[in-house]
Amino acid sequence: MTGDARAAVASVVDPEIRVVTIEELGILRDVREEESGRVTVTITPTYSGCPAMDVIRADIRTALRVAGHPDAEVVTALSPAWTTDNISESGRAKLAAAGIAPPGPAGPFLAGRRPSVVALTLTVRCPRCGSPDTEEISRFGSTACKALWRCRDCAEPFDHIKAL
Amino acid sequence: MSELTSDQLFDYLLRLGDDALIAAQRLGEWYASSPEMEEDVALANLALDQLGAARALLTYAGEVEGAGRDEDALAYLRADREFRNCLLVELPNENFAVTIAKLLFLSAYQLPLYDALVSSSDARLAEIAAKARKESAYHLDHAARWTLRLGDGTQESHRRMQAAVDAVWPYVHELLAADETATRLASSGLAADPAELRAAWLSTVEPLLAEATLDRPADGWAPEGGRVGRHTEHLSYLLGEMQVLHRAHPGARW
Repeated sequence: MTGDARAAVASVVDPEIRVVTIEELGILRDVREEESGRVTVTITPTYSGCPAMDVIRADIRTALRVAGHPDAEVVTALSPAWTTDNISESGRAKLAAAGIAPPGPAGPFLAGRRPSVVALTLTVRCPRCGSPDTEEISRFGSTACKALWRCRDCAEPFDHIKAL
Repeated sequence: MSELTSDQLFDYLLRLGDDALIAAQRLGEWYASSPEMEEDVALANLALDQLGAARALLTYAGEVEGAGRDEDALAYLRADREFRNCLLVELPNENFAVTIAKLLFLSAYQLPLYDALVSSSDARLAEIAAKARKESAYHLDHAARWTLRLGDGTQESHRRMQAAVDAVWPYVHELLAADETATRLASSGLAADPAELRAAWLSTVEPLLAEATLDRPADGWAPEGGRVGRHTEHLSYLLGEMQVLHRAHPGARW
């Protein structure tokens, strides 16, 4: 039986970016099944105020109920803080395939130093045509974790998951 | 060094949590009224970050207090005199330049604050800070870009940005004040050292103002009182709007 609870939870998709699972996003931290059958799931938010957390908790409980684990608890852990580096390779590939440019390394903002007042000019490749000739339209996008970019070659706007 | 009491920790957590909560409410007021659509999205995102930090901090504050109050009880059922936020965050948005000046001054404080709290002797506070600091870096970056754009922009944008910096500057004094609670908690290794925060704040803001061709205002009038519950009248109106639903319909959920 062990493992099917994990598999059920791992297959839950992110409610706002429905092409990737919560495991691929790196927000699923732990699934523990006790002898009594009770399952405790630990998740972590991407951003402090991520409004998807309530839906994710409900989706996890639903997935466990369907898999035969009605007794489930979902706890939230803040530490260690989530970083975009936690997104798996398969998660990155799925994001790109869905037209969302995956994040670069989270390094620059993690050093704890004052951010530059000049834009970081790391190139983001267009997820549609692959061109590196892109520009940032807005640093903040449709969800807390995304910025809005545009490709100068194919002219398509696209979402980009910001390094965090 | 005297023993820390849970009252002091509760008070400190309210300061941090209320700063974030009231800042979130003010930022949220811009939604659908910003100068451009991207800015609606940006300010709403920043508001959401502040709200997330506020929820974590107030939840913890309620646990420390031990009186059974949760985040909602603290946010929705306290009166103005019970709030511990600084005056700066409750000031009205006025115009976009004032909003950017408030955002710049607040984020230039919150980033080194959370940076320092990552190594707090209080593990729970440290993990909340580790989350919030990464978001604060984006807030400061956003405010810095607008300050440059407006300050070093047209004659009119420069005039308005300078007026905004002048108007908000006096309230920074309270933000960086080294009062008894802050100093005592800092010496115990729990809170950020106010003197270090002041130095970090100045080293961020002064060069930025210069680059934006804005004058650094002279220090002078220094209103305070928010940390002990003496607020401007603006907070009462803000709370009236923020709390009305919860007070009229206790336990209401979306």
